[in-house]
Parts: sequence; C-alpha cells; structure tokens
Amino acid sequence: MLEASGLTKTFGGLTAVENASLRVPPGAIVGLIGPNGAGKTTLFAMLSGFLKPDAGRVVFRGRDVTGLPPHEICRLGMARTFQIVQPFGAQTVRENVAVGAHLRHRGRAEALARAERVARQVGLGDELDKLAMNLTIAGRKRLELARALATGPALLLLDEVLAGLNPQEITEVIPVIRAIAAGQDGAAGVTVLMIEHVMQAVMNLAERVYVLANGRIIADGAPADITSNRAVIEAYLGQGTAERLRRAQGAVRI
Amino acid sequence: MRELAAIAVFALAVAAVPAFVTSGYALNVVIMTLYAALLGQAWNILGGFGGQFSFGHAVFFGTGAYAMAVLQVKFGWNAWAALPAALALGGAMGALIGALSFRYGLRGSYFALVTLAFAEVFRILANTFDFTGAGVGLMVPLAATAARMQFASPAGYLYLILGFVVAGFVVSWWLKHSRYGAWLQAVRDNEESAAALGVDVFGVKLRAIVISGVLMAAGGAFYVQYLHYIDPHIAYGLGASVEALLAPIVGGMGTVWGPLLGAALLHALGETTRNLMGDAPGINLAAYGVVLVLMVSFMPRGVMGLFQARGAARGSTHA
Repeated sequence: MLEASGLTKTFGGLTAVENASLRVPPGAIVGLIGPNGAGKTTLFAMLSGFLKPDAGRVVFRGRDVTGLPPHEICRLGMARTFQIVQPFGAQTVRENVAVGAHLRHRGRAEALARAERVARQVGLGDELDKLAMNLTIAGRKRLELARALATGPALLLLDEVLAGLNPQEITEVIPVIRAIAAGQDGAAGVTVLMIEHVMQAVMNLAERVYVLANGRIIADGAPADITSNRAVIEAYLGQGTAERLRRAQGAVRI
Repeated sequence: MRELAAIAVFALAVAAVPAFVTSGYALNVVIMTLYAALLGQAWNILGGFGGQFSFGHAVFFGTGAYAMAVLQVKFGWNAWAALPAALALGGAMGALIGALSFRYGLRGSYFALVTLAFAEVFRILANTFDFTGAGVGLMVPLAATAARMQFASPAGYLYLILGFVVAGFVVSWWLKHSRYGAWLQAVRDNEESAAALGVDVFGVKLRAIVISGVLMAAGGAFYVQYLHYIDPHIAYGLGASVEALLAPIVGGMGTVWGPLLGAALLHALGETTRNLMGDAPGINLAAYGVVLVLMVSFMPRGVMGLFQARGAARGSTHA
C-alpha cells in the first residue's frame, strides 16, 4: 500500500528525519511510535505531501507520490488527520465532514448524506448540527477522523487521534478504529498508519510497529517484541536503562 | 430553495418600485443602494466566503469602468458589446492578481496590501496614458437610448443594476449550496485542513477572485453608463475599494443577504447624516468610519448575525 524509503528532512542545521523507511501492507494497522520530538509528525508530513523530503521516495499504491501537493495525494486515496485538531470552527459537524465527502461526491445532498453516515460511524451522530468550535476535545478528535474518512481513503494516516482523551474515551475510540480498518456496512477496509503515544492502543490495534527516535527508525516488528527491544527502552528511558532494568530484575529474583 | 425564492421575490418587489415611486431622488437612492450592494456582493464572494480580505477591489471596478468607457469612446463599440468585454477584463485582472499573490501564499494583511498596491499602480497608469484620457478622464457621450445602454428614465437604470445584483445574489446562493462553495469556505476557515481533505487551495482561491472581479467590473460598467464619466481617482481610488468592503462587513460577511442589508443601512445612515449635518463634505464618510470600527469590534458577524438561527454560538465567536 505504502512504501517509504530513505526519507530525510532537515530544518536549518537540525535533521528532523534521517533516512527513514517503512512499509505499510494493504489491510494492516501499522503503528509509529517514538519519544517526543522524534520526528513522527515530520515523517507524516512528508508522506502526505505537506513537506517535501530532502531525499527519499514515497510510493503509494505503486505510484511515486514524492513531492506531490497534499490535495493530489488525498485524491489518490491517502487521507491524514492532524495532531493539533484543525476544524472549520464556524461550520457545523455535518458541514465539516461534507468537505471531505465532496472529494468523491459532487452533489451537495449526496455529500451531506455521506457526511452524516460517516459522522455516525465515529460516534458523532448526536452532534451533527453543533458548530465544530463547540465540540469537546474528544469530539474534535472524532471530527478529524470523520473528515479524513469521508474522503473515502484507501490509507488513513492518524496523527495521535487518542492524545488528550480520558481512559474511557480511549476505550470507546479503539473499536471505532478497528471497525474502520476491518471495513463495515459493505465498505472496504481501510489500511491504517497511526502515530500513537497511548501504548494500550498500539498494543491493541497494531500488528506491526515502527519506532522512531532522533529522526531514525531504530526498530520495527510485532508490538510484543518492540516493548522488550533494548534500543527502544533506551530511547524512551535513557542510555543504560535496559541494562539496569535487567540487573534490577535479576536482583529481585535472587 | 427557499432562499432562491426569496431572491425572486426581492427582484420582483424592486422591479415594481418605479410603478409606485416617481421621484427621481428616491429612485436614485434605490439605484445607488443596489449599486453598493453589487460592489459589496463582489467583495463578499472573495472576502466573506473565501476569507481573502482585499483592500483594493477598485482595481476590478476601475478595469470594468475603463473597459466600458474606452471601448465606446475610443473604439466606437456599442455599449452592449463592450459590457461582456468589461466583465471578461475584470475576471482576467482577478486571475492575474490571484495567480501572483496566491501562488506565493500571501494571506491576511499581506494580501490586502498587495491588492491595495495593484489598485494604486493602475490609478497611476490611468493617470498617465492617453487612451484612458489621462487625468482628465473620459466622458461617454449622452445618447439616451436602450440600444446604447442609456435610459431616459431612472427606471431603466434600476432594471439594469437590479439584473447585476440578482446575478450576484444567485452566485452567492450557489456558494452556499455547492461543492465549490463548501471548498471555498473550508479554505477560508483553515487552508491546511482543506488541503488535507483534497481541496486544491490555490485553484479554489483563484476561481473566487475571478468571479469577484467579474462582478466588481459589472459595478464599474454600470457606473460609467449611469454617470457617463470616469477618471483615475473614481476608477482606481480608495473610494470604490472601501465601498465594496463596507457593506458586507456591516451586513454580514459570507451571507447571501449581508451585502444588501449593509448597503441599505449605510445609505440610510449617509442620507441621515447629510440631512442632519448639512453638506459638510465627507461627513457621511466619517460616519461610515465610526460604524465600521464599531461593527468590527462588537459585531464581527454583522447585522445578519443577529438574525441567524445559529445565534447560540454567538457568545463564543471570536473575530
């Protein structure tokens, strides 16, 4: 579905992402994790056309989309959400989602009908006529998801859709994402690449996880393997931690 | 559909005015109000629906006005043939300015300044070149016959301007009910989000400035036919630019009826201050200025904001 190779982006003297490669097979849910400032959002921006990579290639559904503008990439079937939600504040939830729906539906009535269906799918059914600026943060996260989904994507890039939600809201949204990936109501499943800090969600949803630290992919594999990966633990908790943890565990055993 | 019916009712009601009102003064007030509503609607399409605040809409107004005058006076065209050319040139001017400023991502006050600069450049050019009559301006010879788009009675002009205004209304209505309109308002509210949802931000803004330019040029063309005279200051001066943005800001930006409402209120205000304060030059402009400051500070959604069903959200609107 998506294959990125050797992506690099520097801002002035700072290398935000260096030689990052990843593969998202069709139908999968793939996680992208890493400490704050690792470059996850920059990597997303390069995949979705918001930033031009300094080097590297992005191939989406067999087509080289490196450097295409975001709206064209969206038209080809890759939709993204923003970590910092960006609703059309003065418009209702229905109108917000309809903007996404218009990508594949010219008629206003059709787009509004599709917007309503998608909004219900993510649990915004009761807030269709609310102005987006009056939604709670959880509501806005759902709105981001609904708008992206309404474009009818084959691949969804989710940038921390669970951040800022309370545990109950998180447990509500996880099945929504799973249902989107699996496909429902006759709709085909959507491949998902998600940046996520909520480990519960990553462990629960993703079948494969990439770990980004200091702009480099330092590990990838099944979620269970990743959590015990030495490089990953050190990236999160500091150099030498893995060793100390192991010794501490050993000491307890004795 | 209800709004479309309302536009039709409005058109019929205004069309009936000359049957009941014969006073030339009163008809002139109606005509000038409609004219202000047309300029306002033109600005509203780009500024109200598209969020691109132009400070130099005179550049389209003046282009339409000069095209109309030059083609008739210097090239001997019939006014009805000159009109489509004037509209096309207004649109072309929109495409030119839009392509230059949107290509480089100019927004907000930068876009406002660029449009202001364009209007100023064209004012100076019109002041310089001979074929625009330079500083003296151009006079369109009187020939009160409908065949030359001139009319012996004010009623004729009223129908002409009403036609333009209704066209502007229909465009505005279409923006409320079409995919393109949804995209334009999405771009206004958040360009990045719009792009992420597959909206070609540049293309959408470019189309808006072209449509806006065509309507504004219609205003310029009407001006020439009604008052038979144009000079660089009238065509490309600040006056037309300010008149265009005032009505929608007062009436309600991004609404179908806002520009008309604003134009009517401003004209009522202008006439009243003139009657109260006598003919002190520019006293109505001073009143406009005060109203503008008050509106922007306290009622960013304009007078239409008071009527809208979504009033519940008013408290949380921050301009």
